[in-house]
Order: sequence, then structure tokens, then C-alpha cells
Amino acid sequence: MDKNDVISRCTAAAKEMRKDALTMTLCAGNIGAHVGGGLSMVETMAVLYMGIMKYDIDIPSNELRDRFILSKGHGVLALYTALNQAGFIPKEDLWTFKMNDSYLHGHPSMNPEIGIEFSSGSLGQGLSLGVGVCLALKRKNNNTSRTFVLLGDGECDEGSVWEAAASASHYKLDNLVAIIDKNGIQYDGLTSSILSMDPLDEKWTAFGWNTFVVDGHDIPQLYDALSRQSDKPLAIIVNTIKGKGVSFMENDPKWHNSRLTKEQYDQAMKELGCNA
Amino acid sequence: MIEYTSRNIRTWSMLGSCGAFGIAAMELPNIDDRCIVLTSDLCTYSSLDRFKTKYPDRFFNVGIAEQNMVGIAGGLAKENFIPFATTYATFAATRCADQVRVNMGYMKLGIKLVGLTAGLSVGILGATHMSVEDIAVMRAIPNIVILSPADCMESIKAVIASAEIESPVYLRLSGTMNNPIVYKEDYNFEIGKAITLREGDDVVIIATGTMVYNSCRAAELLEEKGVSCRVIDMHTIKPLDENEVQKACNAKLIVTVEEHSMIGGLGGAVAECLAGMNRHPPLLRVGLPDIFMHAGTYEHLVEKCGLCPPSISDSIFQYLQSEHCNR
Repeated sequence: MDKNDVISRCTAAAKEMRKDALTMTLCAGNIGAHVGGGLSMVETMAVLYMGIMKYDIDIPSNELRDRFILSKGHGVLALYTALNQAGFIPKEDLWTFKMNDSYLHGHPSMNPEIGIEFSSGSLGQGLSLGVGVCLALKRKNNNTSRTFVLLGDGECDEGSVWEAAASASHYKLDNLVAIIDKNGIQYDGLTSSILSMDPLDEKWTAFGWNTFVVDGHDIPQLYDALSRQSDKPLAIIVNTIKGKGVSFMENDPKWHNSRLTKEQYDQAMKELGCNA
Repeated sequence: MIEYTSRNIRTWSMLGSCGAFGIAAMELPNIDDRCIVLTSDLCTYSSLDRFKTKYPDRFFNVGIAEQNMVGIAGGLAKENFIPFATTYATFAATRCADQVRVNMGYMKLGIKLVGLTAGLSVGILGATHMSVEDIAVMRAIPNIVILSPADCMESIKAVIASAEIESPVYLRLSGTMNNPIVYKEDYNFEIGKAITLREGDDVVIIATGTMVYNSCRAAELLEEKGVSCRVIDMHTIKPLDENEVQKACNAKLIVTVEEHSMIGGLGGAVAECLAGMNRHPPLLRVGLPDIFMHAGTYEHLVEKCGLCPPSISDSIFQYLQSEHCNR
């Protein structure tokens, strides 16, 4: 497929994912959802699933697939909507999000049949899993599959992230890509005020990674960065806006995990240019 | 191929449980080509130098990073390998408890986590290195098989049995070098099936790890006082062999003996099992007190905690004379 077509496909997917994520949040009712950090990841996930990753929805455990690990497990809105775009999850199931007995939990639960490789929710664990997967792929002489691990910038407070980061470069894992969703906000407020990890890119570089910083809402930039081949583990820091796309959510820490009223939903959909 | 000869059994005993693990590790690639060994800067301590030399491509020393080790092992397990990961028992159970809970418990990834020098054997290093709560922590997490072998040959058998099942396993290795020999010749080891080492009617002693040997000696001392004891090696703490606990209910007294806190270990597991029965004899739990011990040599601490054979024997004898057993 022509690159422009891929970009168009990712752009269209991102638009629908953002809309679906808001509808899922509305469906969750008073339980609410981690909407801010879900919306910041939408373009990244759209590009991964509609432009970059290799997978086969008919053979979800195909050995030659690329692996995706959502280390910031609370970012499920972007994961489930991306898996819907990819064809793993039917649209109607999205509306069962967070309901009792739904398989779409508030944090992902391992479900290889629908492309969820691992459970997550406890932060700081996904990159270690990614290191293990990449070592396994090398041992199996699978030199084509890559593993993408998506972390939050707040999540990078966890020491275990840096244990994993050090080991990935030690083992020369050129098949591992860490994507850090740098939306600048964690549960209690601005990451710069809670625990500043800046300059984050220099930290990843110092840990032996090839590091690139891109605009996490610019689909061509994301596509180019995620297409890169690297002789070292690759860290892509995606600068994003928490709550991206909805004016009253953008950059407001209270939308880290919150409920959405019908009025707010209608306004948000209007801003996105969608008919609610 | 491991040969369970009396000469080898004596050698393994001299090496201790860490050395026995190293012996068993050398056999793992022959049992299943998917076996991989990881350690967190305890290669030599885990007796893995020979393994590292012979199988450099299936050995990963991840450095002093136990949490990362469990995560890496999880990734390897998900990709259909069989990872054995070693660290001190206390770090296995508490330093990376969340990784253990999510990877081994929640996701049931087939990690075989090897807890070295559990109990008091490194007591001279102080309370940070003693592991007296690991069984309690691991028992509370669903889906994890817990093995606690009685001697070095059983440690080897437990390692090999771990490689042959899909479940996540916590392997609790205890004791020091010159670990006493419980099994003098080859026998059949089966996960979940306790082994009766000695028959007796008055008292049933259910022991695990190093305390199996001490319990056998205690039973001999009690026999001299006219008390007949059955001794059971409960090498699998989870799933507990509840049939053996049920059978023990014919005795006047059930005793558990372990080199672990009296809270949440083998004694806790047996107590929970008995609590579900209508009638059962009293239960005496012999184990470590609910305190952090001062540093001391292994022999000193075992004696101080009442875990040497004469102390175990005395505790049981006194309990039999007490009102608990004479209502």
C-alpha cells in the first residue's frame, strides 16, 4: 500500500477510535474511565495497528506477528478501539467496557485470541516482559517480528522500567521498541511537579537506546519513527496532550480517570465533528 | 542423565541445596530443549558456573534486578520457553512479589522461580537475608505450585519435576552445605503427593524442607519415650496433599514442623485444611516465632527457635501431656 494511503487509513482510524473511546467512557457511566491518557495515545495506536504492525486476525498467535504490550495498562480505551479497527474486537463489544463479566476490563487481561499478549495494570512491568519476548524471538531465530511496548511518562517513575531499559541495551535487542506517551500528567498532577524525569530522551539515550522524539498526534511523524530500523533498542518519545481532541479535557489532570456526562459527551462529539 | 546412586546422593548432600540446583540445571536442556536459566547476580551462588559455560546461549544473568528477572522470565514463558530464575528466597517472595503475583499468579506464566537459602541458613547475614515469610506470600497468590524439598536429592527431583509441568512453580530450597540425607536411595517423587517416611499411630508429624530430617530424628527420640510417630514429607505445600492430612486425623495429635514463620506456612496450610473438617485432633505448629531474628549461625538459630530434634521432640511430648490432648 502506498504510504499516503496508509497515512489516510491511520488518520481515519484515529478519528473513529477517539469517538469510540468517548462512547465507551459514556457507557462506563459513573464508573468512569482513564480517558485522558487513552486519548493521548490514539494516534500512536492507530499508526501501530493500521500502519506498522504485522498480525493476522485469523491466526492471532502466528509466530511471525509483531507483539504489542500495553505497559500503561490504564490506556485501554486506545487499545480496545485499536483492536476494533484491526478486527479483533467487534464494535458492539466495546460498549460492554467495564461492565460486570465483560472481557474488556479497566486494565487489559491477557487474551491472545484478541491480540492481548499480556495482562497489565501494575505499572513498570511491561518493558521487562518485552525484553523476555525479544530474547525469546532471537532464540527462535525469528528475525522479522518486533515487539512494541507502550509506557506512560508517569510510569517511568517506576525503577523497574530502568532495570528493563538497561537490560534491553545490554542484550542488544534491536527488535524492541519502547514508546513513551509523554503527556506530562500523572494521577496527582503534572509529571514535572510530581517527579520530574526530564530530560527523558537523554535518560533513554544514556541507557543505550536509539531515542527519537516526535509529535504524538502527527501521524506521518509517528509512521516514520515507528518504521525505523535500529541496531539498538529503539525508544520513541511521543509528545502528546492528555485528553487530546476534547477542549475541556486537554491538559487537565482531573481527566486522568473520570466519568463523562451525556452533556459533556455531546459537546466532545461536536468538537470532534461527529454526530452523537 | 542424573544417576541417583548412593555416592551421588552423598556428594549432593555435601554440596547443599544450591549445589544440588546446579546439578539439576545441567540436566534441564536434556529434559526439555525449551529450558532457560536466569539469575540476578547469583550465578556462582546458584552453582550455575558449569551451566553458564556449557550453555551460554540459554543462560541470562540479569544483574541485581530481581523484578526485571521475573518480567523477562514471564516474556520467555509466554513465548513457550521454560525459564528457571534464581535469587535469594526472600527477594523472590518479597522484592518482586508484585511481578510474581501478576506474571505467575494472574497470567499463569510458567516461570520456575527458585528461592535459594530459604529459612535460617544464611542467618549470619541478618534478617534481610533470612526468608521466613516466603511460603506465606506465595501461598496467598493463586495458581502457584510451591515445592519445598526435604534434602538435596529431593531438590534435584523437584527441579526436574518443575520442568515437566506447565504451571508456575516456586521452588523453596533450604538448608546449608552438608544438608542431612533423608532419602538414601532413589524413590518416586510426584508433585502434590506427600511421602510417608515412618509409620506410627500416636502422633503424625507433617514436615517440610530441612525439618523433615529433624522430624525423623525427633520421632526416634519420641519412640524412646513410648510415643509412636508417623512422619510425612510434605514436599508440596501447594496444592496441599489433603488426603494425607485427612488420614492424619486418626492420630492423637498432628504436628507441623517447618523452617518458616508459624504464620501462613505449612502449619497455616494444614490448619486451614483441618478447619474445614468436623472432627480432628489438636494441631501443634512448630516453626519460627513472629519476630525478626538476630543474626546468628544456622545451627544457633535452629536451636534457638526450637527446631533441633530434641527440641521438637520435647515440644511434642509436652503438648501430649497438656490439657489440649487430654480433654
